[in-house]
Amino acid sequence: MKYDVVIIGGGPAGLAAALAVKKEGVDNILIIERDDKLGGILNQCIHNGFGLHTFKEELTGPEYANRFAQKVIEEKIAYKLNCMVISVSDDKKVTYVSKEDGLNIVEAKAIILAMGCRERPRGALNIPGFRPAGIYSAGTAQRLMNIEGYKVGNEVVILGSGDIGLIMARRMTLEGAKVKCVAELMPYSGGLKRNIVQCLNDYNIPLLLSHTVVDIKGKERVSSVVVAEVDENRKPIKGTEKEFKCDTLLLSVGLLPENELSKLANVELSRVTSGPIVSDNFETNVNGIFACGNVLHVHDLVDYVSSEAELAGTYAAKYVKENTAHNSYINVEVKDGVRYTVPQKIDIDNMADRIIVRFRVSNEYRNKRIVVLKNNEEIRSIKKKVLAPGEMEQLFLSKDELKDAKTLCVCLKENQ
Amino acid sequence: MKYDVIVIGGGVTGCAILRELSKYNLKIALFEKEEDLCSGTSKANSAIIHAGYDAKNGSLKAKFNVRGSILTKKLAEDLNFSYRNNGSFVVCFNEEDLPGLTELYERGVKNKVEGLQIINGDKARELEPNLSKNVVAALYAPSAAIVCPFEMTIALGENAVMNGAEIFLNKPVNDIKKINDYYLINGQYETKYIINAAGLYGDVIHNLICDDKIIISPRKGDYCLFDKEVGSLVKHTIFQLPNKFGKGVLVAPTAHGNMLIGPSASDVEDKEASATTSEDLEMIIEKAKLSVDNIPFNKVITSFSGLRARPEGDDFIIREANDNFFDVIGIESPGLSSAPAIGEYVSEYVATKLNAEKKENFLSKRKGLNKLNKMPLEQRASLIKENPLYGNIICRCEEISEGEIVDAIHSIVPATSLDAIKRRVRAGMGRCQGGFCSPKVMEIIARELNIPFEDVTKNNAKSKLVFGRLGEE
Repeated sequence: MKYDVVIIGGGPAGLAAALAVKKEGVDNILIIERDDKLGGILNQCIHNGFGLHTFKEELTGPEYANRFAQKVIEEKIAYKLNCMVISVSDDKKVTYVSKEDGLNIVEAKAIILAMGCRERPRGALNIPGFRPAGIYSAGTAQRLMNIEGYKVGNEVVILGSGDIGLIMARRMTLEGAKVKCVAELMPYSGGLKRNIVQCLNDYNIPLLLSHTVVDIKGKERVSSVVVAEVDENRKPIKGTEKEFKCDTLLLSVGLLPENELSKLANVELSRVTSGPIVSDNFETNVNGIFACGNVLHVHDLVDYVSSEAELAGTYAAKYVKENTAHNSYINVEVKDGVRYTVPQKIDIDNMADRIIVRFRVSNEYRNKRIVVLKNNEEIRSIKKKVLAPGEMEQLFLSKDELKDAKTLCVCLKENQ
Repeated sequence: MKYDVIVIGGGVTGCAILRELSKYNLKIALFEKEEDLCSGTSKANSAIIHAGYDAKNGSLKAKFNVRGSILTKKLAEDLNFSYRNNGSFVVCFNEEDLPGLTELYERGVKNKVEGLQIINGDKARELEPNLSKNVVAALYAPSAAIVCPFEMTIALGENAVMNGAEIFLNKPVNDIKKINDYYLINGQYETKYIINAAGLYGDVIHNLICDDKIIISPRKGDYCLFDKEVGSLVKHTIFQLPNKFGKGVLVAPTAHGNMLIGPSASDVEDKEASATTSEDLEMIIEKAKLSVDNIPFNKVITSFSGLRARPEGDDFIIREANDNFFDVIGIESPGLSSAPAIGEYVSEYVATKLNAEKKENFLSKRKGLNKLNKMPLEQRASLIKENPLYGNIICRCEEISEGEIVDAIHSIVPATSLDAIKRRVRAGMGRCQGGFCSPKVMEIIARELNIPFEDVTKNNAKSKLVFGRLGEE
């Protein structure tokens, strides 16, 4: 089968991208989803707080996903469920397997990568100790509770203050579990401020900053976890160990964009985001392969995923219609506290009148300015009282102000 | 129940013995205390088939290692387990250590290891580009190989069952009595002959019935396993020549395409103390850096620890310790490499003693489980047509289908826990470490075994994964 646009992943990014493609008048679309329903990870996020930007109301994850899924159905966009893509090639052939279709290959004029991300496992942190039952990544525990309907633990320690970990601290508490503490390696939380207030403070769950797990005890099921304070090099300080009796350890220690398929298609990845390097039209280095959502870079808010995916979809449709090839870019450099930007490069001649540049900072900062340098001169300066790695920042740049740019850089400077 | 021979211990040694014994007209069984085969020392080790230059001339280790390494290659074909003849290097970093390398070479030649060669650092780096600039010379052993120890152990056990052997899981041995000309195990099982292959508990079993008392001590080794992305950083198994700073660690690819570093060596008291420690993990990381440049330590996907069964002396203990009671214990390194040869030797000894004849209809081959992601696309497509469950991918990292998991649950030695599934088909073994697939695998286990979801375990009965349904007390 041949399609104009094949979208890999039917989560929030894939759905919003598909709708945008359709809106541009490109009809021959296929969404390939590995799970048994559209919506991706939102289906297990039964808490509310989604959609404040997009719909100006607070929805649960499944509700938010459903609004997009319904539109996809109304627009008669083709989608396949329970289909796992096993390879993507740079000539845009997509191979997937499923019970119904067996092993199948589809061809596309454009591909939108929207596979999302996965959680970092325990091994990535090399936490010592036993390997018993009762150690879950926060998302796995969330699935076991919210989709399967089972009680995961009675006494819980959480390592990492990423948003899913914070949400799960509240969720488990509400289901009668005792969350002993949330330990965070860094001196600041990796999650949204509002989640710390609503999920920890409101339930008197202690957040231990600059702490990590140094031992896991229990051969069959977790019996206790030893937490210690860390120094400025993030090494545990001897003598600060505290043992928490518990049966469960949840890990919320970071998300990784899932780009194994992108690599097969020779898509170039950023070492910082672990996602593809894209230009202002969300196209990767492979012409006609676009990326959006958490596969591109990890987001905090699904609203941003949707708006980003909408743009990626629009550009993918444009690519199909016009078969445009862009080749002259300037790189968006980063320094002094800015970790990365998306997009990483801009085609100034062909860019939209206004683009959004999203980025994260590398540390917690107070009283700084976000500065944009064009040809080493400040063209933008935005004062910020607080900046934190857990909150994605964004700024808007217009075509006019980027005119004649030879170099472009986003950085932080002292607030004068 | 009456048997001719009962093997105690379902590690690679016990299973190799059982498989060789199943060539004879004997009623045989194997007792394993855990819920699956390959649950002790055999499951957490370097997964190396050593060439055989390491062991002292004339030792049991030398004899069985060299023979075992030859047998393993053929067994891998016959029984369908992952095996790769990747060759090994023993590297040294100082000119002053060269005599040590020569000594190893000479020992190897005497042990009849084929193809050994000492090469200089540049030549070694030609063969292995990421080898450290500090490597001065290396002993190259082309016959060394890597295997999947889980697949190997289970394949041996299953092939034995195909030939009439019985395997009892969750069957610890607590009591052995000698009554006339037979033994009575746990007051219930009669057997003419006992083979003690109980690994770390080899001393406990021995001491149940023998007058002399022995000690097997656990020696812990920690490892780090890397993402498959790093799997081709090295092609050969890279050992370090032991020197005045200690024994060194290895850097090796695995049979499934990951990379492994380790092990440490710490004596511990508890035979169940298979917990990694930060000291040991840091040590292996520091030492691995000496051998290979540019190891991306942020690509570790899991770390684990194994316990070696260390005897009081330097060599394996392989002997009839009591009348019709055979010890095969203290099988530390190179135990995995030696197991097939130990099996051959012990079974011949026991069969002779029991006057047993060889079967005419011995099935020497085992098909093993289907591995769809290793098949050509057409074959894979046609298998999915036959059984659509092969099209439903459950473990996305290792690309393992529902069909393969169901096969494992209903295989000759059935997998009944998450870990048992993982060892057979690798679901949960990949980069997300079961984050996505474990709830789905739990569902499949519950459905296929017709047990409640909350009764699914990680490994043994005490390792429950969830505590009942939400909202119920």
